[in-house]
Amino acid sequence: MAAFDEMKPDGTGVRGPYAAYNDWLAAQDTKRLAFKMDDAERVFRRTGITFAVYGEENASERLIPFDIVPRIISGKEWRRLTQGIEQRVQALNAFLDDIYHRQEILRAGRIPKELIAANDAFLPEMIGVRPPAGVYTHIIGTDIVRTGEDEFFVLEDNARTPSGVSYMIENRETMMQLFPELFRQVKVRPVENYPQLLRQSLAAVRPDSGSDTPRIGVLTPGSFNSAYFEHAFLADQMGVELVEGQDLRVIDGRVAMRTTEGYKPIDVIYRRVDDAFLDPLTFRPDSALGVPGIMDVYRAGRITIANAPGTGIADDKAIYSYMPEIVEFYTGRKAILGNIPTWRCSEPDSLKYVLEHLAELVVKEVHGSGGYGMLVGPAASKKECEAFADKLRARPANYIAQPTLSLSTCPILTASGLAPRHVDLRPFVLVSDRIQIVPGGLTRVALKEGSLVVNSSQGGGTKDTWVLDD
Amino acid sequence: MLLGRTANGLYWMNRYIERAENMARLVDAGQRLALTRNENAAEEWSSLVVSAGVEPAFKARHDEYTAATVSDFLLRDMSNPSSVLAAMETARTNARMVRTALTRETWESINEAWMSLKRMLASPIDERELPQLLDAIKRETALIRGAFYGTMLRNEIFEFSQIGTFVERADNTARILDVKYYVLLPSTSWVGSSLDNFQWESILRSVAAHRSYRWVYDAQYKPANIADFLILNGRMPRSLNYCLRSLTASLDRLADEYGRRQPCNDTADGLYALLKVGSVRDVFEQGLHEFLGEFLSRNNRLGNEIASDYRFY
Repeated sequence: MAAFDEMKPDGTGVRGPYAAYNDWLAAQDTKRLAFKMDDAERVFRRTGITFAVYGEENASERLIPFDIVPRIISGKEWRRLTQGIEQRVQALNAFLDDIYHRQEILRAGRIPKELIAANDAFLPEMIGVRPPAGVYTHIIGTDIVRTGEDEFFVLEDNARTPSGVSYMIENRETMMQLFPELFRQVKVRPVENYPQLLRQSLAAVRPDSGSDTPRIGVLTPGSFNSAYFEHAFLADQMGVELVEGQDLRVIDGRVAMRTTEGYKPIDVIYRRVDDAFLDPLTFRPDSALGVPGIMDVYRAGRITIANAPGTGIADDKAIYSYMPEIVEFYTGRKAILGNIPTWRCSEPDSLKYVLEHLAELVVKEVHGSGGYGMLVGPAASKKECEAFADKLRARPANYIAQPTLSLSTCPILTASGLAPRHVDLRPFVLVSDRIQIVPGGLTRVALKEGSLVVNSSQGGGTKDTWVLDD
Repeated sequence: MLLGRTANGLYWMNRYIERAENMARLVDAGQRLALTRNENAAEEWSSLVVSAGVEPAFKARHDEYTAATVSDFLLRDMSNPSSVLAAMETARTNARMVRTALTRETWESINEAWMSLKRMLASPIDERELPQLLDAIKRETALIRGAFYGTMLRNEIFEFSQIGTFVERADNTARILDVKYYVLLPSTSWVGSSLDNFQWESILRSVAAHRSYRWVYDAQYKPANIADFLILNGRMPRSLNYCLRSLTASLDRLADEYGRRQPCNDTADGLYALLKVGSVRDVFEQGLHEFLGEFLSRNNRLGNEIASDYRFY
């Protein structure tokens, strides 16, 4: 089945959102574009926009390849997407509040109890805890895929610590440096105010004890973390502190950071450290990345942790398959954005189907991320499928399976001109006393011809994402 | 408000940038001396390694003091933490850690310096390329300094950076003088033989002072003037006096900004007072070697005190 191309769906005519860009493109010299591509790489290297790939030596800092052809979304398409995302994000927060308090959705029998009770992502420590301003997941990256003119699906709700927003901003910055004239011809909605919105959003969910100008910090695992560039970028752009666990300590019932003038209390932590490492007194005792005792301060309502601990239960891949029910249960309406049909391998019938159709399916680990530990059936060898089938049979509850979707494509610039490649989209959502979505997002693109895996750790690249002001 | 860890990162980032530059100057002085004095080249290279403060590590790695072994060790050996390559790597790691405290231009100049020096020092040094290589190192560090002075706010971030630079620079100048103190002693000879002339020029060159010396004193090198220039002259940017004046000024501004003086303020003032003696004769009377030895240990203590007073750890 041919994939839906977002620029030229039938190979000839250009779709509306791409019309103005296409006019500009037609007037460009291909050689000059290739030079611009090299320019872009130089900019990224100099700026130090890099990421680390785990398990690769001597490659501790790599660039995510950047493609100079923008991915363009019309204003109308965007409005529909944002409605769907807002609804979903509301539902996610309501679900989290419910699941850590009355658990009505379980009592109503809409989700099996054991899915929660036996789930590592469910934190019993959070039961009965209500975070400041009642917000659980403050920053969400909703992964969306497209398969046709009107077919959008949510692939994943990243409700823990979604990354990639720095690329959204830097990609735009780079495009504006490379092609200033293009932005005069095409009206694109800006994304660069994201850090300001994030800061306002974090300030709005400060604890009651915090002052009107709360002290905010981005908590990073450190400069060796794969997303360190982004942590530093966001702290810098927001004008807040970039802290590590070693800078923080609990003093007099508050979290305080070690400054050159002694310890100063901090009100809001945007943490980019996983739950398990947050507090060695509560979670992993060997963690040096967290702050001993921070959970006590949190439970006392004297610090905001964004996202809240335990939000992983909402974006868990086993929960994902229940998202349509979750959205309906909490918003009273059908989900505007659909889910991808999902087989839960924990259910014997599903497992049987999945094992029989392995070569057509994508199988994912329930707790995995970053494209690690997954099987893309159509791209796998027979031997790989068989090896995976053994893993599946050994721990079926650890896996879900989805049909191999024919993701939409968008052209990239290759040595031999423009060529279509599969893309997905991650818009970033901010939740405080309101929900805000910056018009744009991170478009990830599979650079290998035919490949459906867009993850940067697996050879994916990124594109600037335009939402048109129309 | 500044995190103690960030102050620490800024301090070391600047110490290592300063160190990389000093290493390049040291090798530059050494290679000129070795070119002019072939018979004693090994001796000159060995004194260079001592000046750099890395003698034991060098001996563990090489048997001979030659242009090739010494310049390799001081410029590109990653097992030597003070080599230009290792120093730039450490400077850049610290810069990355304190990225949010730096302007984009400052960060990019450091990142670019690291990228280009890494490329240039990737393979063994061709002796014929050495002069260009040393120039390139000095240019990269100059670019960093230019971006830094041109774009950074004059706040506590600036002061901790300055402190790192001047603690390192004072240490470097004092060490170079101490290794060669005997050629500066009045007893050797007041009228320089050609041998002494080379030695003296080499000292001046290693702190980029061979030209400016002539603007301040008469054309002829005189050991007492050289010592005066590098120890007491308040206008020479690599003299001990200048370094301590800058250090105390930065520490005073921090005390003002924080509204509180720290023990390190007094230590720095005391060390600066040492350099406000009447003339270089007083230094010679006390004993140049003894004077420098005391200076080095007190400068080192000052660095540690700053780290503890401002909660670097």
